[in-house]
Amino acid sequence: MSTSGENTSAFRLAELPRQVDLRPGSAAIRLRLPNRILGAIVPVFGVILWEILSRLGVFPPNALPAPTVIAQTILDLARTGELWRHAGITLWRILVGFLLGATVGTLAGGLTGHVALARRLFDPLLQSLRNIPSMAWVPLFLLWLGIQESSKVGLIALGAFFPVYLNLSSGMSHVDPKLIEVGKVYRLNGFQLIRRVILPAVLPEYMLGLRSGLGLAWMFVVAAEIMGASRGLGFLMIDGQMTGRASVILASVILFAILGKATDLILETLGRRLLRYKTQ
Amino acid sequence: MSSLGTAINALQVQSVSKVFGSNGSSLAVLRDINLTISDGEFVCVVGGSGCGKTTLLRIIAGLEGNYSGSVFLGDAPILGPGLDRGLVFQEHRLLPWLTVEQNIAFGISSLPAAEKAAQIRHFVELVGLRGFEHSYPHQLSGGMAQRVAIARALAGNPKILLLDEPFGALDALTRIRMQQELLRIWRVQRTTMVLVTHDIDEAIYLADRIVIMSPRPGTIKRIIDVDLLRPRDRTSYVGTQLRQSIYREFFANEEIPEDYEI
Repeated sequence: MSTSGENTSAFRLAELPRQVDLRPGSAAIRLRLPNRILGAIVPVFGVILWEILSRLGVFPPNALPAPTVIAQTILDLARTGELWRHAGITLWRILVGFLLGATVGTLAGGLTGHVALARRLFDPLLQSLRNIPSMAWVPLFLLWLGIQESSKVGLIALGAFFPVYLNLSSGMSHVDPKLIEVGKVYRLNGFQLIRRVILPAVLPEYMLGLRSGLGLAWMFVVAAEIMGASRGLGFLMIDGQMTGRASVILASVILFAILGKATDLILETLGRRLLRYKTQ
Repeated sequence: MSSLGTAINALQVQSVSKVFGSNGSSLAVLRDINLTISDGEFVCVVGGSGCGKTTLLRIIAGLEGNYSGSVFLGDAPILGPGLDRGLVFQEHRLLPWLTVEQNIAFGISSLPAAEKAAQIRHFVELVGLRGFEHSYPHQLSGGMAQRVAIARALAGNPKILLLDEPFGALDALTRIRMQQELLRIWRVQRTTMVLVTHDIDEAIYLADRIVIMSPRPGTIKRIIDVDLLRPRDRTSYVGTQLRQSIYREFFANEEIPEDYEI
Protein backbone atom coordinates (compact mmCIF):
# COMPACT_ATOMS: atom_id res chain seq x y z
CA MET A 1 0.00 0.00 0.00
CA SER A 2 2.63 2.45 1.07
CA THR A 3 5.06 1.27 -1.57
CA SER A 4 2.53 1.74 -4.32
CA GLY A 5 1.86 5.23 -2.98
CA GLU A 6 5.53 6.02 -3.01
CA ASN A 7 5.83 4.67 -6.50
CA THR A 8 3.08 6.82 -7.87
CA SER A 9 4.48 9.91 -6.21
CA ALA A 10 7.92 9.15 -7.60
CA PHE A 11 6.37 8.64 -10.98
CA ARG A 12 4.43 11.86 -10.76
CA LEU A 13 7.50 13.81 -9.69
CA ALA A 14 9.41 12.43 -12.63
CA GLU A 15 6.90 14.02 -14.97
CA LEU A 16 7.07 17.45 -13.44
CA PRO A 17 9.25 19.82 -15.43
CA ARG A 18 10.40 21.61 -12.25
CA GLN A 19 12.20 18.44 -11.24
CA VAL A 20 15.19 19.57 -13.22
CA ASP A 21 18.26 18.59 -11.28
CA LEU A 22 20.75 21.41 -11.06
CA ARG A 23 23.43 19.46 -9.28
CA PRO A 24 26.23 18.82 -11.74
CA GLY A 25 26.68 15.29 -12.99
CA SER A 26 23.91 13.64 -11.01
CA ALA A 27 21.07 14.15 -13.47
CA ALA A 28 22.09 11.28 -15.70
CA ILE A 29 22.27 8.66 -12.95
CA ARG A 30 19.25 9.88 -11.00
CA LEU A 31 17.11 6.89 -10.09
CA ARG A 32 13.54 7.74 -9.32
CA LEU A 33 12.94 5.12 -6.67
CA PRO A 34 11.94 5.44 -3.03
CA ASN A 35 14.90 5.54 -0.66
CA ARG A 36 13.85 2.35 1.04
CA ILE A 37 14.12 0.34 -2.16
CA LEU A 38 17.24 2.18 -3.29
CA GLY A 39 18.97 1.47 0.02
CA ALA A 40 18.14 -2.25 -0.17
CA ILE A 41 19.77 -2.80 -3.55
CA VAL A 42 23.39 -3.05 -2.39
CA PRO A 43 22.77 -5.36 0.62
CA VAL A 44 20.50 -7.68 -1.38
CA PHE A 45 23.01 -8.04 -4.20
CA GLY A 46 25.79 -8.43 -1.64
CA VAL A 47 24.03 -11.35 0.00
CA ILE A 48 23.29 -12.97 -3.35
CA LEU A 49 26.93 -12.57 -4.39
CA TRP A 50 28.05 -13.96 -1.04
CA GLU A 51 25.79 -17.00 -1.52
CA ILE A 52 27.08 -17.62 -5.03
CA LEU A 53 30.73 -17.24 -4.06
CA SER A 54 30.19 -19.55 -1.06
CA ARG A 55 28.61 -22.22 -3.24
CA LEU A 56 31.45 -21.92 -5.73
CA GLY A 57 33.81 -22.62 -2.86
CA VAL A 58 35.56 -19.22 -2.98
CA PHE A 59 34.86 -18.65 0.75
CA PRO A 60 35.94 -21.47 3.08
CA PRO A 61 32.68 -22.72 4.69
CA ASN A 62 34.20 -23.08 8.17
CA ALA A 63 35.25 -19.42 8.20
CA LEU A 64 32.47 -17.74 6.21
CA PRO A 65 29.45 -19.99 5.71
CA ALA A 66 26.83 -19.15 3.09
CA PRO A 67 23.82 -17.00 4.06
CA THR A 68 21.53 -19.98 3.63
CA VAL A 69 23.67 -21.99 6.06
CA ILE A 70 23.42 -19.19 8.61
CA ALA A 71 19.69 -19.01 8.10
CA GLN A 72 19.51 -22.76 8.59
CA THR A 73 21.54 -22.42 11.79
CA ILE A 74 19.08 -19.85 13.12
CA LEU A 75 16.17 -22.12 12.21
CA ASP A 76 17.85 -25.06 13.94
CA LEU A 77 18.50 -22.97 17.05
CA ALA A 78 14.86 -21.96 17.02
CA ARG A 79 13.68 -25.53 16.60
CA THR A 80 15.74 -26.88 19.51
CA GLY A 81 14.55 -23.99 21.67
CA GLU A 82 18.11 -22.74 22.22
CA LEU A 83 17.36 -19.53 20.35
CA TRP A 84 14.53 -18.54 22.71
CA ARG A 85 16.56 -19.46 25.74
CA HIS A 86 19.55 -17.33 24.73
CA ALA A 87 17.67 -14.45 23.12
CA GLY A 88 15.16 -14.44 25.96
CA ILE A 89 17.72 -14.01 28.71
CA THR A 90 19.59 -11.39 26.69
CA LEU A 91 16.40 -9.42 26.15
CA TRP A 92 15.51 -9.76 29.83
CA ARG A 93 18.91 -8.38 30.83
CA ILE A 94 18.52 -5.51 28.39
CA LEU A 95 15.05 -4.72 29.69
CA VAL A 96 15.98 -4.71 33.39
CA GLY A 97 19.35 -3.02 32.87
CA PHE A 98 17.97 -0.38 30.54
CA LEU A 99 15.02 0.44 32.78
CA LEU A 100 17.34 0.70 35.78
CA GLY A 101 19.94 2.83 34.00
CA ALA A 102 17.36 5.03 32.31
CA THR A 103 15.51 5.59 35.58
CA VAL A 104 18.63 6.57 37.48
CA GLY A 105 19.78 8.66 34.50
CA THR A 106 16.44 10.42 34.40
CA LEU A 107 16.51 11.23 38.11
CA ALA A 108 20.15 12.37 38.05
CA GLY A 109 19.71 14.30 34.81
CA GLY A 110 16.55 15.94 36.05
CA LEU A 111 18.21 16.96 39.29
CA THR A 112 21.38 18.36 37.76
CA GLY A 113 19.42 19.94 34.93
CA HIS A 114 17.06 21.75 37.23
CA VAL A 115 19.22 22.57 40.24
CA ALA A 116 22.31 24.54 39.28
CA LEU A 117 24.15 23.60 42.48
CA ALA A 118 23.61 19.88 41.88
CA ARG A 119 24.91 20.35 38.35
CA ARG A 120 28.07 22.05 39.55
CA LEU A 121 28.61 19.37 42.19
CA PHE A 122 28.00 16.20 40.19
CA ASP A 123 28.34 16.98 36.52
CA PRO A 124 32.17 17.19 36.34
CA LEU A 125 32.51 13.80 38.03
CA LEU A 126 29.94 12.12 35.79
CA GLN A 127 31.41 13.76 32.71
CA SER A 128 34.80 12.22 33.48
CA LEU A 129 33.40 8.80 34.35
CA ARG A 130 31.62 8.51 31.02
CA ASN A 131 34.95 8.46 29.20
CA ILE A 132 35.85 5.08 30.66
CA PRO A 133 35.42 2.47 27.91
CA SER A 134 32.69 -0.07 28.52
CA MET A 135 34.96 -3.11 28.64
CA ALA A 136 37.03 -1.54 31.38
CA TRP A 137 34.12 -1.87 33.79
CA VAL A 138 33.56 -5.57 33.20
CA PRO A 139 36.21 -7.04 35.54
CA LEU A 140 35.25 -4.65 38.29
CA PHE A 141 31.56 -5.47 38.02
CA LEU A 142 32.30 -9.19 37.98
CA LEU A 143 34.41 -8.76 41.10
CA TRP A 144 31.85 -6.63 42.89
CA LEU A 145 28.62 -8.29 41.85
CA GLY A 146 29.73 -11.81 40.99
CA ILE A 147 28.98 -13.66 37.78
CA GLN A 148 25.27 -13.76 38.48
CA GLU A 149 22.69 -11.63 36.75
CA SER A 150 23.35 -8.55 38.92
CA SER A 151 26.77 -7.85 37.41
CA LYS A 152 25.40 -7.99 33.85
CA VAL A 153 22.33 -5.96 34.63
CA GLY A 154 24.54 -3.49 36.47
CA LEU A 155 26.82 -3.10 33.46
CA ILE A 156 23.91 -2.61 31.07
CA ALA A 157 22.36 -0.08 33.45
CA LEU A 158 25.67 1.79 33.50
CA GLY A 159 25.74 1.87 29.71
CA ALA A 160 22.18 3.14 29.50
CA PHE A 161 22.69 5.66 32.28
CA PHE A 162 25.16 8.04 30.65
CA PRO A 163 23.38 9.07 27.45
CA VAL A 164 20.09 9.47 29.31
CA TYR A 165 21.76 11.50 32.03
CA LEU A 166 23.81 13.69 29.68
CA ASN A 167 21.00 14.49 27.27
CA LEU A 168 18.42 15.23 29.92
CA SER A 169 20.77 17.27 32.06
CA SER A 170 22.10 19.46 29.27
CA GLY A 171 18.68 19.67 27.63
CA MET A 172 17.04 20.87 30.82
CA SER A 173 19.64 23.52 31.45
CA HIS A 174 19.22 24.79 27.91
CA VAL A 175 15.45 25.17 27.80
CA ASP A 176 14.67 28.50 26.15
CA PRO A 177 14.46 31.04 29.01
CA LYS A 178 11.86 32.90 26.97
CA LEU A 179 9.48 29.97 27.24
CA ILE A 180 10.17 29.68 30.96
CA GLU A 181 9.26 33.36 31.24
CA VAL A 182 5.94 32.58 29.55
CA GLY A 183 5.37 30.09 32.34
CA LYS A 184 6.06 32.82 34.87
CA VAL A 185 3.67 35.22 33.17
CA TYR A 186 0.94 32.61 33.62
CA ARG A 187 1.93 32.12 37.23
CA LEU A 188 2.98 28.49 37.00
CA ASN A 189 4.56 27.16 40.19
CA GLY A 190 7.77 25.14 40.14
CA PHE A 191 6.11 21.80 39.58
CA GLN A 192 3.74 23.12 36.90
CA LEU A 193 6.65 24.80 35.16
CA ILE A 194 8.51 21.49 34.99
CA ARG A 195 5.47 19.54 33.83
CA ARG A 196 4.05 22.04 31.34
CA VAL A 197 7.13 23.79 29.96
CA ILE A 198 10.47 22.18 30.82
CA LEU A 199 9.61 18.51 30.26
CA PRO A 200 7.89 18.98 26.89
CA ALA A 201 10.70 21.29 25.80
CA VAL A 202 13.37 18.76 26.70
CA LEU A 203 11.53 15.71 25.32
CA PRO A 204 13.36 15.60 21.95
CA GLU A 205 16.77 15.51 23.67
CA TYR A 206 15.46 13.04 26.22
CA MET A 207 14.18 10.63 23.59
CA LEU A 208 17.54 10.88 21.82
CA GLY A 209 19.23 10.07 25.13
CA LEU A 210 16.98 7.04 25.65
CA ARG A 211 17.77 5.73 22.18
CA SER A 212 21.52 6.13 22.56
CA GLY A 213 21.19 4.62 26.03
CA LEU A 214 19.51 1.59 24.55
CA GLY A 215 22.23 1.35 21.92
CA LEU A 216 24.91 1.36 24.61
CA ALA A 217 22.90 -1.15 26.63
CA TRP A 218 23.22 -3.55 23.68
CA MET A 219 26.97 -2.92 23.50
CA PHE A 220 27.34 -3.58 27.20
CA VAL A 221 25.27 -6.75 27.13
CA VAL A 222 27.63 -8.20 24.52
CA ALA A 223 30.59 -7.26 26.69
CA ALA A 224 28.99 -8.74 29.80
CA GLU A 225 27.91 -11.97 28.15
CA ILE A 226 31.23 -12.54 26.43
CA MET A 227 33.15 -12.08 29.68
CA GLY A 228 31.08 -14.31 31.88
CA ALA A 229 27.81 -15.97 31.13
CA SER A 230 26.37 -19.40 30.59
CA ARG A 231 23.38 -18.20 28.63
CA GLY A 232 22.61 -15.36 26.26
CA LEU A 233 23.42 -14.42 22.69
CA GLY A 234 26.88 -13.22 23.74
CA PHE A 235 27.53 -16.61 25.27
CA LEU A 236 26.26 -18.26 22.10
CA MET A 237 28.88 -16.30 20.16
CA ILE A 238 31.69 -17.41 22.45
CA ASP A 239 30.36 -20.96 22.32
CA GLY A 240 30.45 -20.79 18.52
CA GLN A 241 34.02 -19.55 18.66
CA MET A 242 35.12 -22.28 21.11
CA THR A 243 33.53 -25.03 19.03
CA GLY A 244 34.68 -23.53 15.74
CA ARG A 245 31.21 -22.97 14.34
CA ALA A 246 31.33 -19.74 12.34
CA SER A 247 27.68 -20.10 11.41
CA VAL A 248 26.66 -19.88 15.08
CA ILE A 249 28.77 -16.75 15.59
CA LEU A 250 27.26 -15.12 12.51
CA ALA A 251 23.78 -16.22 13.53
CA SER A 252 24.29 -14.52 16.90
CA VAL A 253 25.56 -11.37 15.20
CA ILE A 254 22.47 -11.30 13.01
CA LEU A 255 20.20 -11.92 15.98
CA PHE A 256 21.86 -9.07 17.86
CA ALA A 257 21.28 -6.84 14.86
CA ILE A 258 17.62 -7.82 14.55
CA LEU A 259 16.85 -7.50 18.26
CA GLY A 260 18.79 -4.25 18.59
CA LYS A 261 16.97 -2.75 15.66
CA ALA A 262 13.60 -4.01 16.91
CA THR A 263 14.01 -2.50 20.38
CA ASP A 264 15.25 0.76 18.87
CA LEU A 265 12.21 0.78 16.63
CA ILE A 266 9.97 0.65 19.70
CA LEU A 267 11.62 3.75 21.14
CA GLU A 268 11.65 5.47 17.78
CA THR A 269 7.94 4.86 17.32
CA LEU A 270 7.24 6.05 20.85
CA GLY A 271 9.34 9.15 20.24
CA ARG A 272 7.68 9.87 16.93
CA ARG A 273 4.28 9.60 18.57
CA LEU A 274 5.25 11.89 21.43
CA LEU A 275 6.95 14.41 19.14
CA ARG A 276 4.26 14.31 16.48
CA TYR A 277 4.01 18.09 16.53
CA LYS A 278 7.43 18.34 14.88
CA THR A 279 6.58 16.35 11.80
CA GLN A 280 3.05 17.58 11.20
CA MET B 1 -14.95 41.89 34.49
CA SER B 2 -16.67 43.01 37.69
CA SER B 3 -14.79 46.30 37.63
CA LEU B 4 -16.21 47.16 34.25
CA GLY B 5 -17.10 50.83 34.31
CA THR B 6 -16.31 51.32 37.98
CA ALA B 7 -12.55 51.80 37.93
CA ILE B 8 -11.64 54.88 35.98
CA ASN B 9 -7.93 54.39 36.17
CA ALA B 10 -6.93 51.01 34.84
CA LEU B 11 -3.28 51.55 35.56
CA GLN B 12 -1.29 53.98 37.58
CA VAL B 13 2.49 54.24 37.45
CA GLN B 14 3.81 56.45 40.24
CA SER B 15 7.36 57.84 40.22
CA VAL B 16 8.90 54.59 39.05
CA SER B 17 12.69 54.54 38.71
CA LYS B 18 14.94 51.61 37.99
CA VAL B 19 18.68 51.18 37.98
CA PHE B 20 20.47 48.27 36.32
CA GLY B 21 23.76 46.96 37.67
CA SER B 22 24.86 47.07 41.26
CA ASN B 23 28.37 47.72 42.61
CA GLY B 24 30.32 50.40 40.84
CA SER B 25 28.77 50.69 37.42
CA SER B 26 25.10 51.43 37.49
CA LEU B 27 22.83 52.50 34.71
CA ALA B 28 19.63 54.41 35.28
CA VAL B 29 17.09 52.76 33.01
CA LEU B 30 14.00 54.58 34.16
CA ARG B 31 13.75 57.83 36.07
CA ASP B 32 10.61 59.12 37.71
CA ILE B 33 8.01 57.69 35.39
CA ASN B 34 4.47 58.87 36.10
CA LEU B 35 1.67 57.62 33.94
CA THR B 36 -2.04 57.12 34.44
CA ILE B 37 -3.99 55.07 31.95
CA SER B 38 -7.77 55.03 31.98
CA ASP B 39 -9.98 52.06 31.52
CA GLY B 40 -10.34 51.03 27.91
CA GLU B 41 -7.66 53.39 26.71
CA PHE B 42 -5.16 52.52 23.99
CA VAL B 43 -1.74 53.89 24.89
CA CYS B 44 1.40 53.56 22.82
CA VAL B 45 4.83 54.08 24.31
CA VAL B 46 7.30 55.22 21.68
CA GLY B 47 11.03 55.49 22.01
CA GLY B 48 14.33 54.43 20.54
CA SER B 49 16.29 51.46 21.81
CA GLY B 50 17.59 51.86 25.33
CA CYS B 51 14.89 54.28 26.45
CA GLY B 52 13.54 51.78 28.95
CA LYS B 53 10.17 51.31 27.29
CA THR B 54 10.37 47.54 27.43
CA THR B 55 11.57 47.67 31.04
CA LEU B 56 8.56 49.82 31.91
CA LEU B 57 6.26 47.28 30.30
CA ARG B 58 7.96 44.43 32.12
CA ILE B 59 7.56 46.26 35.42
CA ILE B 60 3.84 46.58 34.74
CA ALA B 61 3.75 42.90 33.80
CA GLY B 62 5.39 42.06 37.12
CA LEU B 63 8.47 40.49 35.53
CA GLU B 64 10.92 43.09 36.84
CA GLY B 65 11.57 43.73 40.51
CA ASN B 66 13.96 46.08 42.25
CA TYR B 67 12.47 49.35 41.21
CA SER B 68 11.41 52.31 43.26
CA GLY B 69 7.98 53.87 43.07
CA SER B 70 4.78 51.95 42.70
CA VAL B 71 2.43 50.59 40.09
CA PHE B 72 -1.27 50.05 40.69
CA LEU B 73 -3.66 48.03 38.63
CA GLY B 74 -7.00 49.50 39.63
CA ASP B 75 -6.54 49.80 43.40
CA ALA B 76 -4.18 46.87 43.82
CA PRO B 77 -0.41 47.30 43.80
CA ILE B 78 1.45 45.11 41.32
CA LEU B 79 3.69 42.65 43.12
CA GLY B 80 4.38 40.06 40.46
CA PRO B 81 2.99 38.50 37.29
CA GLY B 82 -0.75 38.01 37.26
CA LEU B 83 -3.53 36.83 35.05
CA ASP B 84 -5.13 40.27 35.31
CA ARG B 85 -2.52 41.43 32.81
CA GLY B 86 -1.98 39.83 29.43
CA LEU B 87 1.46 40.07 27.87
CA VAL B 88 2.43 39.75 24.21
CA PHE B 89 6.14 39.62 23.41
CA GLN B 90 7.93 40.62 20.25
CA GLU B 91 8.40 36.94 19.45
CA HIS B 92 5.21 34.91 19.63
CA ARG B 93 6.66 32.63 22.33
CA LEU B 94 4.08 29.96 21.68
CA LEU B 95 4.86 26.53 23.05
CA PRO B 96 5.89 24.53 19.98
CA TRP B 97 4.42 21.26 21.25
CA LEU B 98 0.94 22.70 21.75
CA THR B 99 -1.66 23.31 19.07
CA VAL B 100 -3.18 26.74 18.49
CA GLU B 101 -6.09 25.74 20.69
CA GLN B 102 -3.88 24.40 23.47
CA ASN B 103 -1.67 27.46 23.34
CA ILE B 104 -4.66 29.75 23.72
CA ALA B 105 -5.81 27.66 26.67
CA PHE B 106 -2.36 27.72 28.29
CA GLY B 107 -3.24 30.33 30.91
CA ILE B 108 -6.77 29.18 31.63
CA SER B 109 -6.17 25.52 32.41
CA SER B 110 -7.96 25.85 35.75
CA LEU B 111 -11.28 26.81 34.14
CA PRO B 112 -14.02 24.19 33.89
CA ALA B 113 -13.89 22.36 30.56
CA ALA B 114 -17.04 23.86 29.08
CA GLU B 115 -16.05 27.40 29.95
CA LYS B 116 -12.55 26.81 28.63
CA ALA B 117 -13.88 25.48 25.34
CA ALA B 118 -16.11 28.52 25.01
CA GLN B 119 -13.18 30.86 25.65
CA ILE B 120 -11.06 29.05 23.09
CA ARG B 121 -13.84 29.20 20.52
CA HIS B 122 -14.38 32.89 21.13
CA PHE B 123 -10.72 33.82 20.81
CA VAL B 124 -9.97 31.58 17.83
CA GLU B 125 -12.85 33.38 16.16
CA LEU B 126 -11.74 36.79 17.37
CA VAL B 127 -8.24 36.53 15.96
CA GLY B 128 -9.53 34.96 12.75
CA LEU B 129 -7.92 31.54 13.02
CA ARG B 130 -10.93 29.27 12.49
CA GLY B 131 -9.71 26.10 10.86
CA PHE B 132 -6.25 26.37 12.42
CA GLU B 133 -7.26 25.20 15.92
CA HIS B 134 -5.24 22.04 15.61
CA SER B 135 -2.22 23.45 13.83
CA TYR B 136 1.14 23.70 15.53
CA PRO B 137 3.06 26.99 15.78
CA HIS B 138 5.67 25.98 13.21
CA GLN B 139 2.90 25.53 10.66
CA LEU B 140 1.78 29.14 11.06
CA SER B 141 3.09 32.31 9.47
CA GLY B 142 4.60 34.99 11.69
CA GLY B 143 1.43 37.05 11.64
CA MET B 144 -0.78 34.08 12.47
CA ALA B 145 1.49 33.02 15.32
CA GLN B 146 1.32 36.52 16.76
CA ARG B 147 -2.50 36.40 16.55
CA VAL B 148 -2.41 33.22 18.62
CA ALA B 149 -0.13 34.96 21.11
CA ILE B 150 -2.64 37.81 21.38
CA ALA B 151 -5.48 35.31 21.84
CA ARG B 152 -3.50 33.49 24.54
CA ALA B 153 -2.86 36.76 26.37
CA LEU B 154 -6.54 37.73 26.17
CA ALA B 155 -7.97 34.32 27.06
CA GLY B 156 -7.76 34.93 30.79
CA ASN B 157 -9.85 38.11 30.40
CA PRO B 158 -7.11 40.44 31.62
CA LYS B 159 -7.93 44.01 32.60
CA ILE B 160 -5.06 45.24 30.52
CA LEU B 161 -3.12 43.91 27.56
CA LEU B 162 0.59 44.73 27.42
CA LEU B 163 2.28 44.42 24.04
CA ASP B 164 6.04 44.66 23.66
CA GLU B 165 6.80 45.56 20.03
CA PRO B 166 4.39 42.82 18.99
CA PHE B 167 4.70 43.45 15.26
CA GLY B 168 8.38 44.37 15.19
CA ALA B 169 9.40 41.04 13.68
CA LEU B 170 6.75 41.03 10.96
CA ASP B 171 7.08 42.27 7.41
CA ALA B 172 5.66 45.70 6.62
CA LEU B 173 2.42 44.54 4.98
CA THR B 174 1.64 41.96 7.65
CA ARG B 175 2.37 44.59 10.27
CA ILE B 176 -0.23 46.96 8.83
CA ARG B 177 -2.80 44.18 8.68
CA MET B 178 -2.03 43.19 12.26
CA GLN B 179 -2.45 46.79 13.41
CA GLN B 180 -5.93 46.83 11.88
CA GLU B 181 -6.67 43.48 13.51
CA LEU B 182 -5.51 44.72 16.90
CA LEU B 183 -7.81 47.74 16.68
CA ARG B 184 -10.70 45.48 15.78
CA ILE B 185 -9.90 43.19 18.72
CA TRP B 186 -9.65 46.21 21.00
CA ARG B 187 -13.07 47.41 19.86
CA VAL B 188 -14.62 44.00 20.55
CA GLN B 189 -12.89 43.28 23.86
CA ARG B 190 -12.56 46.84 25.20
CA THR B 191 -9.41 45.77 27.00
CA THR B 192 -7.05 48.55 28.03
CA MET B 193 -4.00 48.37 25.77
CA VAL B 194 -0.43 49.44 26.38
CA LEU B 195 1.73 48.90 23.32
CA VAL B 196 5.42 49.58 23.22
CA THR B 197 6.89 50.35 19.82
CA HIS B 198 9.64 52.22 18.03
CA ASP B 199 7.38 52.79 15.06
CA ILE B 200 5.91 56.29 15.14
CA ASP B 201 3.38 55.52 12.40
CA GLU B 202 2.16 52.51 14.31
CA ALA B 203 1.63 54.65 17.40
CA ILE B 204 -0.26 57.33 15.45
CA TYR B 205 -2.44 54.73 13.79
CA LEU B 206 -3.31 52.91 17.02
CA ALA B 207 -3.12 55.11 20.07
CA ASP B 208 -5.47 57.37 21.98
CA ARG B 209 -2.38 58.75 23.62
CA ILE B 210 1.26 58.48 22.68
CA VAL B 211 3.88 58.46 25.41
CA ILE B 212 7.24 59.58 24.05
CA MET B 213 10.25 58.38 25.99
CA SER B 214 13.83 59.51 25.76
CA PRO B 215 16.85 57.44 26.78
CA ARG B 216 19.66 57.57 29.35
CA PRO B 217 17.94 57.69 31.71
CA GLY B 218 14.55 56.64 30.42
CA THR B 219 12.12 59.42 31.08
CA ILE B 220 8.77 60.46 29.68
CA LYS B 221 9.46 63.36 27.40
CA ARG B 222 6.01 64.15 26.24
CA ILE B 223 2.51 62.71 26.15
CA ILE B 224 0.46 63.45 23.05
CA ASP B 225 -3.30 63.03 22.70
CA VAL B 226 -4.22 61.71 19.30
CA ASP B 227 -7.60 63.16 18.50
CA LEU B 228 -8.10 61.45 15.20
CA LEU B 229 -11.18 59.49 14.31
CA ARG B 230 -10.80 55.82 13.56
CA PRO B 231 -10.30 54.23 11.12
CA ARG B 232 -7.39 56.51 10.65
CA ASP B 233 -6.02 57.50 7.31
CA ARG B 234 -2.32 56.83 7.42
CA THR B 235 -1.69 59.65 4.97
CA SER B 236 -3.97 62.31 6.42
CA TYR B 237 -2.73 65.85 6.88
CA VAL B 238 -3.22 65.91 10.66
CA GLY B 239 -1.51 62.57 10.95
CA THR B 240 1.45 63.82 9.01
CA GLN B 241 1.67 66.94 11.17
CA LEU B 242 1.61 64.75 14.26
CA ARG B 243 4.26 62.52 12.83
CA GLN B 244 6.51 65.49 12.17
CA SER B 245 6.01 66.83 15.63
CA ILE B 246 6.89 63.45 17.17
CA TYR B 247 9.79 63.10 14.82
CA ARG B 248 11.18 66.41 16.05
CA GLU B 249 11.11 65.05 19.59
CA PHE B 250 13.68 62.51 18.54
CA PHE B 251 15.74 64.51 16.07
CA ALA B 252 15.42 68.05 17.30
CA ASN B 253 17.88 69.89 15.10
CA GLU B 254 18.14 67.67 12.11
CA GLU B 255 16.65 67.97 8.74
CA ILE B 256 13.71 65.65 8.28
CA PRO B 257 14.33 63.26 5.43
CA GLU B 258 11.54 62.20 3.13
CA ASP B 259 11.64 58.68 4.33
CA TYR B 260 13.09 57.31 7.51
CA GLU B 261 13.50 54.16 9.40
CA ILE B 262 14.09 54.12 13.13
